[in-house]
Amino acid sequence: MSTYFVIAEHLQGVLTETTFEALGAARNLADATGGQVVGVVLGHEVSELAAQMAAADKVLVVDHPSLAHYSPEGYVKALEPLLQEHRPRLAIFQNTAIGMDLAPYLAARLDWPLVAYCNALRAENGAIVTTSQIYGGKVMAECRLDDGPAMVTVLAGAFPADDGRAGNSPSVEQVTPSTLNGLHTRFLQLNEPETGDVDITKADVIVAVGRGIQSEDNIEVAEELAQALGGVVAASRPVVDAGWLPRTRQVGKSGQKVKPKLYLALGISGAPEHVEGMKDAELIIAVNTDPNAPIFDVAHYGVVADLFDIVDALLETLEK
Amino acid sequence: MDIVVALKQVPDLVEELEINDEGTGLDPDVLSFVLNEFDDHALEEALLLKEETGATVTVIGVDTTGELDQALYTALAKGADRAIKIVGDFEEGERLPIPVMARLLAGALQQMTYDLVFTGVQAADDLDGQVAPMLAALLNVPHVGVVTSVARVNGVVKVQKEFWGGITADLEVDLPAVLGIQAARQAPRYAPVSRVRQAMKEATIEEIEVEDLPEAPVAPLRRMFIPEVSGRAEILEGDEATIAEKIVDILRERGLIT
Repeated sequence: MSTYFVIAEHLQGVLTETTFEALGAARNLADATGGQVVGVVLGHEVSELAAQMAAADKVLVVDHPSLAHYSPEGYVKALEPLLQEHRPRLAIFQNTAIGMDLAPYLAARLDWPLVAYCNALRAENGAIVTTSQIYGGKVMAECRLDDGPAMVTVLAGAFPADDGRAGNSPSVEQVTPSTLNGLHTRFLQLNEPETGDVDITKADVIVAVGRGIQSEDNIEVAEELAQALGGVVAASRPVVDAGWLPRTRQVGKSGQKVKPKLYLALGISGAPEHVEGMKDAELIIAVNTDPNAPIFDVAHYGVVADLFDIVDALLETLEK
Repeated sequence: MDIVVALKQVPDLVEELEINDEGTGLDPDVLSFVLNEFDDHALEEALLLKEETGATVTVIGVDTTGELDQALYTALAKGADRAIKIVGDFEEGERLPIPVMARLLAGALQQMTYDLVFTGVQAADDLDGQVAPMLAALLNVPHVGVVTSVARVNGVVKVQKEFWGGITADLEVDLPAVLGIQAARQAPRYAPVSRVRQAMKEATIEEIEVEDLPEAPVAPLRRMFIPEVSGRAEILEGDEATIAEKIVDILRERGLIT
């Protein structure tokens, strides 16, 4: 029987939404192929989290004081023997700050193939066919995992979390971890997000700028438009990494998830990492010079033009 | 302290991408390459540590594009001390699977002394996983990814790792270690063209030649394709003024402006 492993992720005692999405993906594959879903929760005193993995048939809990806080080394040391022993058809990790640490490391240790950035998985004549979003979301790649064991990382928002939440209570099994002594990585502290001048998650109107804004000086133009619309300025990651706006303004995977009434995306291409943070906005209007920019797939209205021309025209029209 | 930074070039996503005739990759004839932006941050963080601690910085890469010299000379112009390229019988401009690249880099690193290896947390083409954790696994050293700052403290490093929603963790890591850098503490510096030219004149790039590609588990790629624009967005046409009016009308209709 094919076994599908789902590696749970949690911070501050809460399972991530993507954990349920990964569970949903595993459940659907298992149902299509007559397999079983095994959840894996690592941590300390986390049985409660294990019980929440409803769509799993069984949940393995690796409990150890050294796993009380996430460290890549602790997790891979605990997971490697477990995966080695069970050799699942597919081990599903998440394409997140945790899963991206774990899956490639374990793939190299175990010599198993890994497919990253998956947004679709399907069973096809005994094989698992994966679809991945690469090159900033501009290209899709289809791979074929003929047999196991193998690994994937799945993109947030790509699979149905409801399917991961539905089910009977799974049986929970405690696993004694192999030696976790002498780790070379030590957890020091968890830092809450800085509170900035502006909380972009509470704004009704967001004017978001991407690489297309070109320079720090041009942020002012976006500010002006945001003010005219009664909103705030946010940004995609490259703008924040460049130091043009504080990290509190970052929308996307490593930043904030926002659901404003209006999201005006200026010069943002729409890489999956960004889209993850804004796709649920009520109205998305995107301005980009590239007609093939993936942002136009998530936007309700699109404008193929230079953002500065449009911002100037908008400011003029709004003044009237 | 010796820091090695692994650099890689990726297709410039600003350009239009085309799929090759076989449908198995990008058409290399129409590609232009740029340094992976995260690798640029990895280099910047290494150069900051060099300034703070007197570390040496070596840049290394697998030359899959035939143009890696450009990135290496630029790194030297920015302040790297030494540059190495791994050359071999690669299909120029074609994507080298990451497990293969990681094994090539690991092979080179095993012949070197290093305390830290930095590389970008991800790249636009790492379909088969990120290179930093793979490299760490092959070298059997600890790894932390999505790192946004590195400080040397009493013979170990203190790193900040990002999660999501602005939550970060501080971790302490013994050396040697591999770190996947998300962002340097400051924006990557620029190298003036004159300095790059000077580096091209004065510096040498060491070469490591590989005969055969290492075996590595890679999921067979069936096809690559450009996703059809789902056409969700209704494209607003016209000159700027017309478009601006259309947008303002939409906002008015929805009561977003009065």
